[in-house]
Amino acid sequence: MASDAEMGAMDRHRAQGPSAAPDASTSFGGYRMQIETALYHFKNWLRSPRPYLMVLGFILLIGFWWLSVEVWKLPRFAGMPGPTAVVREWLSREPMFGLSFYTPDYYVHILTSLQRVFIAFVLSTVIGIPLGLVIGWSRTAREYIFPVLEMLRPIPALAWVPLAILMFKSSEGPVIFLTFLPAFFATTLNSMLGVHSIDESYFRAADCLGASRWQVFRHIVVPGALPFVFTGLEISIGLAWFSLVAGEMIAGEYGLGYVIYTSYTMVSYPTIVIGMITLGVVGYVSSSIIRSVGVFLMGWRTRELGLGGQ
Amino acid sequence: MQTTLDQTKARALRGTIRIESAVKVYGNPQNGVVAVDHCSLECPPGEISMVVGPSGCGKTTLLNAIAGFHSLTSGAIYLDDEMLCGPGKPKADPGSDRIVVFQNGALFPWKTNIENVIFGPVMQGKLAVKEAKDKARTMMAEAGLSGIENDYPGQISSGVRRRVEIVRALMNDPKVLLLDEPYRALDSLTKSVMHESLLETCYRNRITVFFITHDLEEAIFLGDQVVIMTSRPCRTKKLLKIDLPHPRDYSIVTSRRFRELMDETMDAVHEEAMKAFELGEREG
Repeated sequence: MASDAEMGAMDRHRAQGPSAAPDASTSFGGYRMQIETALYHFKNWLRSPRPYLMVLGFILLIGFWWLSVEVWKLPRFAGMPGPTAVVREWLSREPMFGLSFYTPDYYVHILTSLQRVFIAFVLSTVIGIPLGLVIGWSRTAREYIFPVLEMLRPIPALAWVPLAILMFKSSEGPVIFLTFLPAFFATTLNSMLGVHSIDESYFRAADCLGASRWQVFRHIVVPGALPFVFTGLEISIGLAWFSLVAGEMIAGEYGLGYVIYTSYTMVSYPTIVIGMITLGVVGYVSSSIIRSVGVFLMGWRTRELGLGGQ
Repeated sequence: MQTTLDQTKARALRGTIRIESAVKVYGNPQNGVVAVDHCSLECPPGEISMVVGPSGCGKTTLLNAIAGFHSLTSGAIYLDDEMLCGPGKPKADPGSDRIVVFQNGALFPWKTNIENVIFGPVMQGKLAVKEAKDKARTMMAEAGLSGIENDYPGQISSGVRRRVEIVRALMNDPKVLLLDEPYRALDSLTKSVMHESLLETCYRNRITVFFITHDLEEAIFLGDQVVIMTSRPCRTKKLLKIDLPHPRDYSIVTSRRFRELMDETMDAVHEEAMKAFELGEREG
């Protein structure tokens, strides 16, 4: 017990008496440690078969697409754009249908969509999280608000289109509203469930320790609900992209949804696929960012799950 | 050794829990489930009172009433001269003079161990964060918990978590510790270490302990008195003063007196366990 640093983590935790000295190396706060851990996991990931399986998955999808459209020319697939046509268009400096990596319009569409999703997502988060936490925490608030929410929630974004156009004068308003709605419901509901998921004994312990009602909210409700809140945010950003397209089809001159819809009416089929794939990639990246923020904010949880019981 | 006991009593003049014919009926008062039926009990200050009874007999209901989580249907509970709950006030206010250590542990997993330990005094505004941390470090060192301050509860073993939770309680200088089968989930080796560490804590802090268990050996080893409860409805069946000398260590488990005490209580407990079994009460 003399040299604490030499003891394994397990032994240290079982150490008896005041002889167990503080050990600086056990502090998990350092960023360097986090970066090192991340690198370690990344190297392991590269060594495992998982990344190659991922690549294989994409190859299979594109291969099937290529074979069915360009090689076998299956009955209903003949008129569809094949992968080579799409890639040629996408990489062309002078695209046949006006949209590729080299045209500024392409980026204007992406940025417009990103901006709409961003505004809608921020609004849904800023309103949804506090509302959900309060509904989950206060019985009175729940009685008022929850039934109304549950009634509105199943109405799909598309059904809101007429009202959205009537409600908002600008062209941006309805699109953002339609993008906002499902994201908001997902965030609110998950935040509420997050509060319900908190073990009753944490509330009791906080009561015993003399925490006021506001302190309970700040120190128990908010961090305790966080895992569910972030699940909600991941779902919500997905839904935002989902309904963005519905919104952009009714309004606007720009945006990926607009690209897809107008390309259809203008018979520029490769552009449809360019729009779809871009939408998928941007959506995937935005969910990943939310997930990383969540993991970063809930270090305690990763450690609990990773090192549980020890 | 008798002098040590007397000294303990002399220094701890506070923290007497007195339960007077407590009744708790769940559901409709006329025909609901009677969990506790006219139960009376006194826990002397600075002593460890072990409450033993079959699972689901209503011990936890009693503890919840003392802690202020539940109301009583009738009867009264006093802490020293203060009425916690009683006529006109069915539910006690939870307070930092009576702190519960929960069966499954209730350290906040999103706070580090030291943040957990300082929670009470900081929330109540009694100490600034820095002072509280200094005090916490000292108390954790005394309890042999140095080196884990900045770890999260999920990173330490469940036995250590219980000890951190007890330190978190002691930071508030409570009169009473209420323990609800805190060592139930631990393996027997860890349990024996926990027992000795709890006794040491009690010797140092002169604190009244209300300890619920269904482990008779644990009850006799730790207790100054053992209260055996009847199966639901819960009532005191037998009160036994444990005259084993303090300070105790695990060698007394094999002593003759310990065996005699075990024999003396075994029958009573077994009888209640059989009754509970026949009633088919579920665990709880």
